[in-house]
Amino acid sequence: LARGGCPSVLPAAVMDSIIIQERLVERLLSPRTQAQRSHPAKLKDHEKQYVGFATLPNQVHRKSVKKGFDFTLMVAGESGLGKSTLVNSLFLTDLYKDRKLLNAEERINQTVEIVKHTVDIEEKGVKLKLTIVDTPGFGDAVNNTECWKPITDYIDQQFEQYFRDESGLNRKNIQDNRVHCCLYFISPFGHGLRPVDVEFMKALHEKVNIVPLIAKADCLIPSEIRKLKERIREEIDKFGIKVYQFPECDSDEDEEFKQQDRELKESAPFAVIGSNTVVEAKGQRVRGRLYPWGIVEVENQAHCDFVKLRNMLIRTHMHDLKDVTCDVHYENYRAQCIQQMTSKLTQDNRIESPIPILPLPTPDTETEKLIKMKDEEVSPVSACASWVLELESKE
Amino acid sequence: PHAGPVESKTEAAMSELVPEPRQKPVVPMKPMGINASLLGYIGIDTIIEQMRKKTMKTGFDFNIMVVGQSGLGKSTLVNTLFKSQVSRKSSGWNREEKIPKTVEIKAIGHVIEEGGVKMKLTVIDTPGFGDQINNENCWEPIEKYINEQYEKFLKEEVNIARKKRIPDTRVHCCLYFISPTGHSLRPLDLEFMKHLSKVVNIIPVIAKADTMTLEEKTEFKQRVRKELELNGIEFYPQKEFDEDLEDKTENDKIRQESMPFAVVGSDKEYQVNGKRVLGRKTPWGIIEVENLTHCEFALLRDFVIRTHLQDLKEVTHNIHYETYRAKRLNDNGGLPPMTVETEENHESNL
Repeated sequence: LARGGCPSVLPAAVMDSIIIQERLVERLLSPRTQAQRSHPAKLKDHEKQYVGFATLPNQVHRKSVKKGFDFTLMVAGESGLGKSTLVNSLFLTDLYKDRKLLNAEERINQTVEIVKHTVDIEEKGVKLKLTIVDTPGFGDAVNNTECWKPITDYIDQQFEQYFRDESGLNRKNIQDNRVHCCLYFISPFGHGLRPVDVEFMKALHEKVNIVPLIAKADCLIPSEIRKLKERIREEIDKFGIKVYQFPECDSDEDEEFKQQDRELKESAPFAVIGSNTVVEAKGQRVRGRLYPWGIVEVENQAHCDFVKLRNMLIRTHMHDLKDVTCDVHYENYRAQCIQQMTSKLTQDNRIESPIPILPLPTPDTETEKLIKMKDEEVSPVSACASWVLELESKE
Repeated sequence: PHAGPVESKTEAAMSELVPEPRQKPVVPMKPMGINASLLGYIGIDTIIEQMRKKTMKTGFDFNIMVVGQSGLGKSTLVNTLFKSQVSRKSSGWNREEKIPKTVEIKAIGHVIEEGGVKMKLTVIDTPGFGDQINNENCWEPIEKYINEQYEKFLKEEVNIARKKRIPDTRVHCCLYFISPTGHSLRPLDLEFMKHLSKVVNIIPVIAKADTMTLEEKTEFKQRVRKELELNGIEFYPQKEFDEDLEDKTENDKIRQESMPFAVVGSDKEYQVNGKRVLGRKTPWGIIEVENLTHCEFALLRDFVIRTHLQDLKEVTHNIHYETYRAKRLNDNGGLPPMTVETEENHESNL
């Protein structure tokens, strides 16, 4: 609230604090007896009347649907690991129609590029503006030293642009180009992570949500997949790489949901296969790959983890990915940036910041309290609650 | 085994030596039968049988090198080729070994026997190739090793008291493993093959070919062949060493259609249609390694072992080794390199 709100849907914590605020306002405005004031829990029946802000989530929902969502997904990994095919499979589009693949000689002098494809997808009235950030050339050269630099630079640039926009005067139509998720493709041909994989993930794990994937998983038999996943998980721990963690599901969720959530966590990193060609299998038309020895079905959970990835990315965790990007990665960047600026200010003894820091209007006690609470990184809910109690005791 | 000094035919700068046509292979591919009802039968053709017996007694050496990024199935493929556990991974090395920081050369020898013929097989593995972030010049240790083997052989050859049968550690065949990306060769692949196709017989193979469907495989092979041609990379069997029309037609077909062989390796057996086959069992079917509709392993095996094994050795000896020898002689002013009889040499000669 102190920051002027997130550009898209409000996170749950803020919703709760809105509800508490409403209750407080209600109580302050309605006449009460002393006794009732000192026993906040004992409201008379007529005061428990339905106010109506329980419809707030629906209102938010309607507004968001009208506004549409946006999501920026980055794909990274050596060329030839099926990244484009997987993206096409996930979103059932063909984003790479006009792509020209370079041959080996052309690639000798190629540097890592950043290529963006944007597509608007609509499903049941909900609009999604999807941006795919591709990184052709990554890991292909003979000498790949620091080949991730163009990628980290790109991510930082998006953060910087957002920071400027947020601190600017007109904040109505801020465009959020921050990268919400990075799918990192690990080769199935290795025995685990390669040096370039480790270095890439370490350079990016504090800037973006990394979701590691085992690419082209149909070249591995089930026991090999198990071993490889174990190996990768071990190495991720060993090297201290912070990949995206699925949030814990609430204790009041039903058992089926919890079971799904457990399976999801245990399957990471997902072993995926992509395909946009339809083949005939067991009398049904499915998306898959036709081999002389059998048909691999992309959407068959016994064949690969494509369905898990799709569900996680689109159906259950898209919002959390955006939240973590906003609340963790972007905040880290912002804090670093401000720290650098203030240290520069004290060093140079002049006010010289690239971003205009506008003086805030003199805050009233309420806003001040909220700002203080935000600064101390206290959760809005508990802060409001403690504030309520404070006011109570004062009265 | 070969008798006497051999002449060579190469384009390398060799002013001193008069180029002579390459000697025809003495040992034929198949033993010939004896026709008993000839009048005045002399028995010259029995020499073939005599040679065959000798070969069987002495056995022969074969040295095969495998190069490629880790995890491309090199060790498994070698085990599958020779139907025994001959690779580095099977000889007590830990399978979960870390990627070495520089390219290492690990040679392991085994004696395998089939039909009374003994073969001393040496598999030379190159762990660490192509696995680092910076792979510049990672082929240098490999080139160095190959030249060292030529040097060893050369030293033996110019010795005054030569051994009857010089131990042959020269690399006869180098299998280069291409990653099945489905796009094209990598810059590293080109660099390696450009540098080394002049020093050793390179046979490119597409590893883990069960990643690709039939169309993807055909397209990929075409693209790879074109790229190799565009970059002037002469892989084995090299066009310039085809001896006669028969060789040429046979090799042309292999060069233009079959190579690079798209292979799958496995050391596990499964039951398919009542037969036990080597394969990989996936949830959607069993990939049979020796089934030509599944992959080209059988073609590679026949090519390397059943038809061109001897030729690989001959090209190594008559062409690559001679090129090295000529260069060394030229560097030394036309004289053979001096071998000072040191303690070391003396011991190795014994």
